[in-house]
Amino acid sequence: MNAALTSELHSLLGKRNVLSNPEDLALYEYDGSVDRARPEIVVFPSGTSEVSRIVKLAVKHDVPIVGRGAGTGLSGGALARGGGIMIAFGRMNQIIELDLENRRALVQPGVVNFDLTRAVEHAGLYFAPDPSSQKSCTIGGNVSENSGGPHTLAYGVTTNHVTGLELVLPDGEIKRIGGKITDSLGYDLCGLLVGSEGTLALITEITAKLSKKPEAVKTLLAIFETVDDATETVTDLTARAITPAACEMLDGWTLCAVEDYVHAGFPRDCGAVLLIEVEGVTEAVASQAVGIEEVCKAHKAREVRTAKDDQQRELLWKGRKTAFGALGRLAPSNYVLDAVIPRSKLPQALRRVLEIGKECGLNIGNIFHAGDGNLHPLVLFDPRNREQFEKAVKASTDIVRYCVEIGGALTGEHGVGMEKSELMTLMFSEADFALMRRVHSQFNPTGLLNPGKVFPMGKGCGETRIRTSPMHRPVPA
Amino acid sequence: MSSALTSSIASRFENIVGSAFVRTEADAVADYRVDGSLPAAAVLPENAEQAAEIVKIAVREKFALIPCGARTSLGVGMPPSRYDVALDMTRLQGVAHYDPGDLTISVDAGMRLVELARILAEKKQFLPLAVPFFEKATIAGVIASGLDSPLRHFYGTARDFLIGAEFVDGTGALAKSGGRVVKNVTGYDFHKLLNGSLGSLAVITRLNFRTFPVQSSRRGFLASFADEIHALTFVKELAASPLTPTLVEAIAPEFAKLFLEEKSPVASLRLDVQAWTVCVGFEGSSEVCERYARDLGRLARMASTQDATSVHDSQFLSLLEILREAPVSMSRAASRSIVFRFATLPGRLADLLRALRSFANSSWIPSVVLIRSGSIIYFALLPRQGDEAATKQIAYFWKSVDSLQGQLEFNASVLFCPTEWKSEFDCKAQGTESSDLQRRVKKAFDPNGTFASGRFPGGI
Repeated sequence: MNAALTSELHSLLGKRNVLSNPEDLALYEYDGSVDRARPEIVVFPSGTSEVSRIVKLAVKHDVPIVGRGAGTGLSGGALARGGGIMIAFGRMNQIIELDLENRRALVQPGVVNFDLTRAVEHAGLYFAPDPSSQKSCTIGGNVSENSGGPHTLAYGVTTNHVTGLELVLPDGEIKRIGGKITDSLGYDLCGLLVGSEGTLALITEITAKLSKKPEAVKTLLAIFETVDDATETVTDLTARAITPAACEMLDGWTLCAVEDYVHAGFPRDCGAVLLIEVEGVTEAVASQAVGIEEVCKAHKAREVRTAKDDQQRELLWKGRKTAFGALGRLAPSNYVLDAVIPRSKLPQALRRVLEIGKECGLNIGNIFHAGDGNLHPLVLFDPRNREQFEKAVKASTDIVRYCVEIGGALTGEHGVGMEKSELMTLMFSEADFALMRRVHSQFNPTGLLNPGKVFPMGKGCGETRIRTSPMHRPVPA
Repeated sequence: MSSALTSSIASRFENIVGSAFVRTEADAVADYRVDGSLPAAAVLPENAEQAAEIVKIAVREKFALIPCGARTSLGVGMPPSRYDVALDMTRLQGVAHYDPGDLTISVDAGMRLVELARILAEKKQFLPLAVPFFEKATIAGVIASGLDSPLRHFYGTARDFLIGAEFVDGTGALAKSGGRVVKNVTGYDFHKLLNGSLGSLAVITRLNFRTFPVQSSRRGFLASFADEIHALTFVKELAASPLTPTLVEAIAPEFAKLFLEEKSPVASLRLDVQAWTVCVGFEGSSEVCERYARDLGRLARMASTQDATSVHDSQFLSLLEILREAPVSMSRAASRSIVFRFATLPGRLADLLRALRSFANSSWIPSVVLIRSGSIIYFALLPRQGDEAATKQIAYFWKSVDSLQGQLEFNASVLFCPTEWKSEFDCKAQGTESSDLQRRVKKAFDPNGTFASGRFPGGI
């Protein structure tokens, strides 16, 4: 422990806003992924100037820094891989301004995603990115990871809903990019920073776009005997240019666990269901719903139900959004994967995922954003069983590798983080990494900010090689 | 570059692309003029690898290189501070990948927009890039110039549907970002930086897009209003309604008089050229279109419309074409016109417009206005022939605009103007922030300053 640094942080923030006891730090060595890495100090700044001063202290003591929102991330993006200082943004949770006329909100990074929607829903507005963790994840985390959610099929991921940022650079300098206006002049720095996974700057304020609530919403539950029928329906919907606001798939095995957990009225005896939502003006919703039902029936849907009211609709979505938690009841741990494939290849991809599960002797649940080809196979395992853990990692790697082989991508919304940094070579060449490293070096020349993320560590990434704090003690395996 | 050097370098370029694709003759390089500057050579690679080799030579020899496509938008941006080689990407025209079932396409940089539209139309799809120079422009040129489309109102800008890119960076390396799937957060989103970069970061070789289905019916609605107050009231009420139109453009009377009065078949609509006109586009099934027509009529009446009419299919497409080309038409409406683009917030639009019209009126220079999507003002000043005081008056106008910074939230850029006026003001200077970070990006992409020297705002 660097006593001088701790003391300086105590002076800056007060003792109650600095954690350094091992039992306190243990809470911060996790996120929603399977990785672990323990910070040496966790600090809770209350504003941008404090963040800047913390960063300057970190530079002075040559200690890595990682930002953290609610710790709900699924790729290890907010874990202290190099030890050092974790800046937890939980106290920076103020909605600074709501500009309803111009549909903008200025928020601190620690504002919980759903709290922003709650703050503006009286005006018929909402914040569109809706990750499953939206009731606990923070907007700062969403921005860092460029998070998605079911409705990003129609409305895009976080980057489509951010127009401005306040940043603290790794030398402590405070900068603003963009603003409330959609078209900023110059290079699209917001486009670069959103989704840069905390490796280029810390985000201390966000200007978010607010969206108008649709006039009508219709939620359909299509029930299929087989996974193939469901995936072929999605492919056909896309090909027929039917674009719902959300199109989610849950396989039959997953459904039973979900139904036991939330009692949403999901069938227990089917191969898969599609949860499809259409939004817009009443007439468009009605005609789209008819089209969707036709396609579902053409692919042997056993039944297509429509939620009768908001209560039924919310229950169906509760089932979808708590599905990962429901599966947690079936095994001590699970590994939520995130990969993307072309939607035209959905049926073959799902077949391959199930094969890989069989090959590894593990149960794999499938609850995912079918409409945009964003798979989330959920591998169940017991982490106390080393062999099972290794099989789970192998299954995950095989699935991701296959997705890339058929024209897909490593991650659709969870980010690369620690989880997939070594798999980046599946998609990117040495020249791609060289450019990424040059951009990284321009923003984060010392490499102190969120080391060991995004870039593969085995590639000898020069200045982007993981920076480990001199006082870092790795978490025991 | 001396002529001896030209010939030695030309032969090296010829080794890469063949002698037929290196132009050094005066009349040939004249076609590659950018704001009065001519390159010593224009080189036309056949593929991305050849483009990379040419860039490597440029880096080694410290040549300044400007990538170009159909050269329609080279007038956008500042005059180059150096210009030795034009890298003409029009020979790269292939479709690398098209998966209609996934609504994704990957095309080479030099593909013409009109050809891309044709390919997509065969599968009843389209790209919502109704941008100026549509008939001639190449896809990479469109992205690099960052010109916008009336359809942004619903579909967003290219930033929202460009899902990946391949390019040659400033070291001559072939690099890429993004991918071919509609949802992807793997790695840094470099392709977003290419939007509007004016070729200053990289030479685009291939672009990947999400495509969109063509809806069964596309229609328009036009309503005329006595003045801008009523027209903008209608725009505001429309924004607050449940409707989600594809385009909303408010046209000042001078614009209608210049560009709509004579155009067939729009002329048959008998627009009142003394009035402000708001054009609204919408699409969908016949039930949806009927709902739009009904609600738009009601909203227009509430905003005291003088007249309102619906337009169908061919009329709508003609109208879209006029709106699409509007900034260019404005720039051609006088021998020395200047077209500004102001981006603001919907709630500040009326105040900004009032201020701009007041400045323009005090300069005695005729002006033309088009308001896009309730937040963007295209504002052209059209000096009369022989108006000696125009330069001074326009500089004064620009200075007056600058004085509004701090009072009204907006950013301002000059889209088109005569070269000699560009020295009066940095074409995109007003509202540009964090130029230090912009420079860092430039340095990372183009460490030797090879690409489009001086063309980007702020002297980048």
